[in-house]
Amino acid sequence: MRIETKKKLDLIFKGFLVLTAFTSILVTIGIVIALLEDTIRFFNHPEGGGFPSSLIRFFTEKEWTPTFVTKKIGILPLLCGTFLIAGIAMCISVPLGLLIAVYLSEFASHRVKEAVKPWLDFLEAIPTVVYGYFALLGVTPLLQWFFRKFDIEVQGMNALSPGIVLGVMILPFTASLVEDSLRGVPHYLREASYSLGASKLKTAFGVVIPAAKSGIIAAYLLGASRAVGETMVVAVAAGMYPNLTLNPLEPVQTITGYIVQVALGDLPFLSFEYLSIFAAGFLLFLLSLFFNLMAIYVKSKVERY
Amino acid sequence: MKSEIKIKVEKLNFYYGNFKALKEISFPIFKNKVTAIIGPSGCGKSTLLRCFNRMHDLYPGNRYEGRILLYPEELNIATNGAEPLYIRMRIGMVFQKPNPFPKSVFENVAYGLKIKGITNKKVLEERVEKALRDAALWDEVKDRLKENAYSLSGGQQQRLCIARAIAVEPEVLLFDEPTSALDPISTAKIEDLIVKLKEKMTIVIVTHNMQQAARISDYTAFMYLGELIEFGSTEKIFTYPENKLTEDYISGKFG
Amino acid sequence: MKENKVRFKEKLFEIVGVLCLLFVLTFLFSIILKLFLDGLHRIFDLKFYTSYPSRFPQEAGILSAWVDTIYVMIGAIFWSIFLGVPAGIYLEEFGGKGRLARIIEANITNLSAVPSIVYGLLALGIFVYRFKFGESILTAGLTLGLLMLPVIVVTTRESLRRIPRAIREGAYALGATNYELVFHHLLPYSIGGILTGVIIATSRAIGETAPLLTIGALTFIAFLPPPPWEDFIGMLKSPFTFLPIQIFNWVSRPQEAFHKNAAAAGFVLLVLCLILNSVSYYLRYKMRKKYQW
Ligand SMILES: Nc1ncnc2c1ncn2[C@@H]1O[C@H](COP(=O)(O)OP(=O)(O)OP(=O)(O)O)[C@@H](O)[C@H]1O
Ligand SMILES: [Mg+2]
Repeated sequence: MRIETKKKLDLIFKGFLVLTAFTSILVTIGIVIALLEDTIRFFNHPEGGGFPSSLIRFFTEKEWTPTFVTKKIGILPLLCGTFLIAGIAMCISVPLGLLIAVYLSEFASHRVKEAVKPWLDFLEAIPTVVYGYFALLGVTPLLQWFFRKFDIEVQGMNALSPGIVLGVMILPFTASLVEDSLRGVPHYLREASYSLGASKLKTAFGVVIPAAKSGIIAAYLLGASRAVGETMVVAVAAGMYPNLTLNPLEPVQTITGYIVQVALGDLPFLSFEYLSIFAAGFLLFLLSLFFNLMAIYVKSKVERY
Repeated sequence: MKSEIKIKVEKLNFYYGNFKALKEISFPIFKNKVTAIIGPSGCGKSTLLRCFNRMHDLYPGNRYEGRILLYPEELNIATNGAEPLYIRMRIGMVFQKPNPFPKSVFENVAYGLKIKGITNKKVLEERVEKALRDAALWDEVKDRLKENAYSLSGGQQQRLCIARAIAVEPEVLLFDEPTSALDPISTAKIEDLIVKLKEKMTIVIVTHNMQQAARISDYTAFMYLGELIEFGSTEKIFTYPENKLTEDYISGKFG
Repeated sequence: MKENKVRFKEKLFEIVGVLCLLFVLTFLFSIILKLFLDGLHRIFDLKFYTSYPSRFPQEAGILSAWVDTIYVMIGAIFWSIFLGVPAGIYLEEFGGKGRLARIIEANITNLSAVPSIVYGLLALGIFVYRFKFGESILTAGLTLGLLMLPVIVVTTRESLRRIPRAIREGAYALGATNYELVFHHLLPYSIGGILTGVIIATSRAIGETAPLLTIGALTFIAFLPPPPWEDFIGMLKSPFTFLPIQIFNWVSRPQEAFHKNAAAAGFVLLVLCLILNSVSYYLRYKMRKKYQW
């Protein structure tokens, strides 16, 4: 082949590479366009009262019923359900994640680590709908049985069960991120602490964890982002009723749960229901973006050792 | 002893970003001779060598000034217009650490030929055998051509890399400390090889080993802090160096 | 005295750590066990795999679900490799420290954290309604492919990074072009790592439900798409279901008999994921041994 031909081929090749790399940008643009355009349509839609009153109703009304005849479009119940479940999940995931990460990175022998890692990976690979099944038919009955002893009624759909399951579900992810940042702490810091006579435990909690602080926080922010965006567990086990409550034993609906509920029906293009899932989805996108950007920001403030 | 010039370096400056690694380098490289480049660590030997086959193009932010003329047509290597693919096919390179591809011995040597467009199996086999013979490796690997190159010893790997480079019959062959990672016996073999190879091509070798430079080279260039301090026939540089620095370096006062 | 207290505390913490791990592992095994026990007599019922969904739980099966899942996943794997591997090569080998490369990189990091249901909305808004691909296998494959993209890009880059620079310099020094370097060297030496990434991404995508729900995956589908060798376009345009969607549908019904089907299908899916994960482990191990630079 002549060198000129080769050069041309090389140029085409590189162009192709750039193009494919650029598709990721197109995907982002696509997401923003799809969400933003229909969100704007949602707020301009007469059934929602039209802009700007729709926007005010969105943030002030206490009910979310875009699919009913009388349409209320207050996002608060969905937000409440979302954060209630994500909050429960974080209550599980934060302490357990930290303990497991510290144990694995500072105390466990190499053999234990090698034995445990594949299972944690597998936990991460379990389909979310299976987690949903387990929440609805495994954890909820267990909770009902447990709370009945105290004469407390737990409904078949509730926030607690999917919250717990979600917490365990994101655990391998957060724990491995936390572990990474613990392992990133240089060894001389540990040695310095040991040489001052500090115990392993004291070193772990007094030196290593503070040194890895920003990485740990970033890990939890990413975990929270997952908890907020997770869909199937809550769609199966949390219920389909937008409920402005902080009681974890009642059914709630999350943003993702609402999108699933509406998507299961028939969606006439550009109908108010169709548009409402984009408005909800846009809010969800912003929420997860917020958590991710926070994580990046926290991580960018690297500790100087 | 009148020699034909193969490469002429003229007022060459080279920059890594803002760092000027080569300063106003000028000297000739003669055809079918071995030219050694010596100097203390970090003085820019590798940098200079890698200018000749445009290896610096692989990394962004580097810049040339001045000229490197490749004879006979006086093609200027050191301009962006020069075609690296073309230059690299004419100017081969052997690296400090052996870097065979994780392929079979045969495929390693045949690789340069293949990308030149030679696909005829017969021709390939002939050329591979010839290159391996020229690299004094044939007898050791003729029954192992299908084996992975990584199963060879370090010295064999380096000779394989030489075979790979000479299979395409380059006009110039660059060596960057080719023996610094090898044992004395392998080193001796490669030194013999280099002396033999100069009948067919022009050789430029960077070395830290003074004796090696004295043993195998015809011309020597001494560099210091990015500058060319002295250039001349090896005999002269090693017996009557003009510059005090050269003398100190050669006699082992620093380096 | 103090010494003892310290040692006691340390032991205590180790016990707590082990207990936490045990809790998580117990959780994992109860999921597996629960699915297995609940689905037991459907799992070993051959008819379960050869029947279409049905109103009668005893007769319902996952034939259309697993066949469609294969079609959709082939599409997803195709798109994710076709778009992800070259993108990874660009970012790792040729992007350098350029602005464009940095932006794309940050963008991919962000995409990997976007909730999967948002991909579903993207697919609904763009592929289904704006591009008019319909609620089809094509749309589903494309959607899951995009979802897999970040994983493929990242693993491609990681496995390229493991190839020493000397290999690249060796090839270039012989006059190889960029595409020759990539096709003759970089891809062959990193294919194991890339494959590992593809398998991991596949095992995640195959469990995805949310992004396909929004693009109208059907839950009651009593036919198979036309075989691609007879009607390729027809196959692409065919409506589809997906194994996790079938599970979701069954678990959402009130009748307990359907829950058994959900458990059985869930167990099948779980085994599939376990196999994929093990294969990726094995591959990674093999590749480590094959290329020890
Ligand atoms: N990629 C690079 N970017 C910036 N500076 C570099 C780069 N490579 C080398 N340098 C600098 O350029 C100078 C010359 O380096 P070079 O590698 O050419 O030295 P050398 O003479 O080959 O040394 P050695 O004998 O140790 O191999 C050194 O000061 C080095 O720090
Ligand atoms: Mg050097």
